[in-house]
Amino acid sequence: MYKATFPGWFKSLAKISEFVSRAVNEVGFDETTAYTVLVAVDEACTNIIEHAYGGEGPGEIQCSCEVSEDSVTIILRDHGKPFDPTTVPEPNFAVPLEQLEFRGAGLVLIQKIMDEIDFTSTPDGENVLTMVKRK
Amino acid sequence: MDITTKQYRRCDLVKAVGRIDSNTAPKLREAFEAITSDGRFRIAFDMSEITFISSVGVWVLLETQKICKRYNRGDLVIANVNEKIRHTLDLAGLITFFRIFDDVLDAVGSF
Repeated sequence: MYKATFPGWFKSLAKISEFVSRAVNEVGFDETTAYTVLVAVDEACTNIIEHAYGGEGPGEIQCSCEVSEDSVTIILRDHGKPFDPTTVPEPNFAVPLEQLEFRGAGLVLIQKIMDEIDFTSTPDGENVLTMVKRK
Repeated sequence: MDITTKQYRRCDLVKAVGRIDSNTAPKLREAFEAITSDGRFRIAFDMSEITFISSVGVWVLLETQKICKRYNRGDLVIANVNEKIRHTLDLAGLITFFRIFDDVLDAVGSF
């Protein structure tokens, strides 16, 4: 089990990526799959900073990674605003370029990349995002 | 992330090295804006040394593409996208908004 806490700054993203890549490499995913998991983690952490904390600065992101023989489980914890993924409308990228809107792109990527995703908010104000990727 | 830009007769070539995420994407946006605000809308983006791009980075490319394609005045084309990045762009369904070339010469020569 790997565990670390990072300040809620965008400059933490590269460090979080580096931290998670150790666990991801241990599972032995192919190069492209390993890369996509890092993308999903980056998208999730960006959403925490932007939406849960409302911007850089006030909070921390705790990241833990659990490695098994054929999967990695990544758990991200924050103390910002709770997140309900069902409130994010599914973006439509099959439109002409000028009508393209960005909202929801990160969440779509997370959903397409990871095999299991669970968002939970605890009564003491902690948000827990659990993501699993299997080989 | 380091960014270099070169102005050619028919287009501008932008090359970035490293990671494009929420931390570094504003720098890339500035580099593209410096070109488009100068009235140049034909841009080739060399991604040969990009190690990572998040959706925020992709959005910078799409915003720039919107500006370039307005009034049919130009295009942002991409060169040297590695397989991992191409796969991620494919997953998001966003690859269709760009012409992609295998090398910079072809990208620059496409204008």
